[in-house]
Amino acid sequence: MSKKATIGFSEEQAQLLEVATTFCRDKSPIEKVRSLLEDERGYDDAIWTEMAELGWLAIAVPEEFGGIGLGMAEVVPVVEQMGRAMMAGPFVSTTLAAQAILVGGTDDQKQKYLADLCAGTKATLALSEPHGDWDLGHVECTAERTGDTLKLSGRKTFVENAETAELLLVSLSLNGAPALVVIERSSLPEGALRREVVIDETRRSYQVTLDGVEVSADGLLDPALTAAALAHVDLCASLLLSAEMCGAAMSCIDYTIDYLQTRKQFGKKIGSYQALKHPIVDAHVGYEQARSHLYCAAFNFTQQGEGEAATRIAKAQAGDALSFAADRAIQFHGGFGFTYDCDAQLYRRRSLWCENQFGDAAYQRAKLADLLL
Amino acid sequence: MSTISEKELSDYRSEAAAWFAENTIADPGFMLPLTFMEVGTDQQFNFLRDWQNKVYEAGYLGAAWPKEYGGGGLDQKFQTIATEEMAKANGPIMLNAIGLNWAGPLILDMGTDEERKRYIKGILSAEDIWCQGFSEPENGSDLGNAQTKAVRDGDDWVLNGSKIWTTQGNYAKYMILLARTNPDAPNKYAGLSFFLSPMQVDGIETVPIRKLTGEYGFTQTFFTDARIPGESLMGKEGEGWLVAMRTLEYERGVKGGQPGGYVMRASDPFEIVELARKATRGGKPALEDPVIKDQLIQLMIEARSLQLNSKRGHIQPLVQDKPASLALSSKLMATEFMRRLNEFAITLQGQRGAYYVGEPDAYDEGLWQRAYLNSFSATIGGGTSQIQRNIIGEHVLGLPKS
Ligand SMILES: Cc1cc2nc3c(=O)[nH]c(=O)nc-3n(C[C@H](O)[C@H](O)[C@H](O)COP(=O)(O)OP(=O)(O)OC[C@H]3O[C@@H](n4cnc5c(N)ncnc54)[C@H](O)[C@@H]3O)c2cc1C
Ligand SMILES: Cc1cc2nc3c(=O)[nH]c(=O)nc-3n(C[C@H](O)[C@H](O)[C@H](O)COP(=O)(O)OP(=O)(O)OC[C@H]3O[C@@H](n4cnc5c(N)ncnc54)[C@H](O)[C@@H]3O)c2cc1C
Repeated sequence: MSKKATIGFSEEQAQLLEVATTFCRDKSPIEKVRSLLEDERGYDDAIWTEMAELGWLAIAVPEEFGGIGLGMAEVVPVVEQMGRAMMAGPFVSTTLAAQAILVGGTDDQKQKYLADLCAGTKATLALSEPHGDWDLGHVECTAERTGDTLKLSGRKTFVENAETAELLLVSLSLNGAPALVVIERSSLPEGALRREVVIDETRRSYQVTLDGVEVSADGLLDPALTAAALAHVDLCASLLLSAEMCGAAMSCIDYTIDYLQTRKQFGKKIGSYQALKHPIVDAHVGYEQARSHLYCAAFNFTQQGEGEAATRIAKAQAGDALSFAADRAIQFHGGFGFTYDCDAQLYRRRSLWCENQFGDAAYQRAKLADLLL
Repeated sequence: MSTISEKELSDYRSEAAAWFAENTIADPGFMLPLTFMEVGTDQQFNFLRDWQNKVYEAGYLGAAWPKEYGGGGLDQKFQTIATEEMAKANGPIMLNAIGLNWAGPLILDMGTDEERKRYIKGILSAEDIWCQGFSEPENGSDLGNAQTKAVRDGDDWVLNGSKIWTTQGNYAKYMILLARTNPDAPNKYAGLSFFLSPMQVDGIETVPIRKLTGEYGFTQTFFTDARIPGESLMGKEGEGWLVAMRTLEYERGVKGGQPGGYVMRASDPFEIVELARKATRGGKPALEDPVIKDQLIQLMIEARSLQLNSKRGHIQPLVQDKPASLALSSKLMATEFMRRLNEFAITLQGQRGAYYVGEPDAYDEGLWQRAYLNSFSATIGGGTSQIQRNIIGEHVLGLPKS
């Protein structure tokens, strides 16, 4: 990592930021977020279609495969604003699946899948397992190859939106080494999916039981590129989770400030009490730092070495910032903060989800120590 | 302005680099102050005054200030390069901080042509040292309540009262002074006026105050019927608060226009990595301890936060939600970070963290210990961290006043 951190912001990022800010605010007001908590699907399919039409799923896919040919840096402002509006849906999981295929797929696979993913075919990642390890190379589910068929076994966890995804990108151990396979959800037998009970109720997460599932070996990504694809997905996911958390921190702080500006106790607005004012300032300052790191990571994402360090920093900082902001949000709402109706819980639950996917802050710092010290 | 070629800039950089390589004396044989608030001996003072003068004469200070007042008249880009090269060469700080960073930009910005001609060159050359007379024994954070009196008498003003924590007060030729000219004003702010006051006047006396490190750096300044000329008043009578607020914007780095160079040297987390290699834990380098690694990485991240925040501040779409936020938070973030960084550097040393400057067995000559104690100068001076949080809470987040 260079001593001098750099940051930049492209014209395209600026445009996407502007459009996404309005879109997400309009399409995902808090009443909508709340009504979707009860919904089995968990997101609005009409909005998904609109996002596909806006071309957002194509942002980071090269033009030759039906994409727009920008990069992950341009996906960041979109996801940030989704996080700000707590918008749910398979946008991130589909983007990540496309990235895995882009980096790890054969030419045929890229031709076959990427244009569809850009156009709105939903996909998801099935990388985690019951052992709960964040190291994506730790794969215990297996695939055995006989001719053109792969026979799978094991259980995948935290598979987001599996119920509505058409494609699943699954990591498996094949001949003792990690492999990635694209499978169609339709190839899974009845009962293979079980909805998990997760802390962030805006999300839909599933376990996928692979025992006995047989799929075509055509779905196997290029074995020589598996490690690179996993590493890429790891960083892409961390980057987008950072974006989501930054956006959520922004609105969580605004939400709390709103209360501090209106609620009165002892004849005064509670925001005048420094016991609340100073910590909310600290939360805000933490968020500002996280956002700087986010856009630094976006800007440097494709730089060897620098990109990884900046992304891990962004994930660590965004996790710490949102956790602190949301934790204080509950406390500063007093008795109301303890209720389901108060949005503080939505933010705190979301932060606990995001932090614990793809490595929490301490994990990222440990990785950074290996990189930098 | 935009016609400066890359070649011009890179030539300038090479020249500056060569000049600093040749002229920088990193170690004069005595401990150099890390900040302008740590100038405690005549030896340090004389060395730093000569150094600033030399840098100015070479054209690497005030390079972007107007030529007619003693600056170099160049584009700001040149000064930025010069400052970077100064830092690379590990150059000592610029001495005349209050002149350079507060009084100078203020005079250029709000002063009369007469004032600019009189003061700017001496500020740059370090011939005229400046100090700041804002805080008083009874009124520190509550600056608007300042009670030092200035009363008109014929053409003059007559000063009575006392200022305190006057950095470099004993060396200063001029003071930027906030004083009360109208005790009966409708509110406390309206009674204040701002002066560019001479210091070498009968009735102005400075008494050094010993700092927590045992060294010196600031004074208490007493005014007893001190008579200063009428023209010392800056701006209009009764508008002192406005001018003082502008000064604080420069002081807290909210507003640009400073002449370049630096008046504080930040400890660098990369230097602490070196310390963590030397210091031991259980017979092994402290750097191998996972807890220490975690804390060190966190500090390195925060050091980058400061750099990145200031860069992001220039990207309009990324600051539009709360435009004043990054600028108003930078002092709080930077100074609290330095305090924690230095504190961590001590804890890293294990038992030897209890040594201090002067002990031959102290790591790095006890520099970290001293730097930690001195780091409070910045979390208290220039508006305490608590006051900074009030400002951010009220002016950025829109919370009601405390
Ligand atoms: C699980 C639970 C069970 C409860 N059970 C009962 C019960 O059985 N019976 C009952 O009568 N009550 C009960 N309460 C209510 C509880 O006592 C109040 O919620 C609490 O006193 C805070 O009051 P409030 O909710 O109005 O918050 P507020 O007073 O509005 O406080 C909001 C925020 O402002 C802060 N704040 C307020 N004033 C100041 C100040 N002067 N200085 C600094 N900070 C300030 C608070 O710390 C809080 O963070 C219960 C609350 C909970 C969470
Ligand atoms: C090294 C150093 C150099 C300095 N140099 C100069 C100089 O050159 N010229 C000059 O004029 N001044 C100078 N100062 C003074 C500095 O500006 C004041 O010390 C500072 O503004 C605080 O004022 P005070 O010391 O009176 O503390 P007080 O205002 O008495 O504060 C005491 C404590 O109370 C807290 N506090 C006060 N008000 C509030 C509030 N409303 N809300 C929450 N907390 C509050 C403060 O944060 C602090 O922790 C210097 C100070 C230092 C340490």
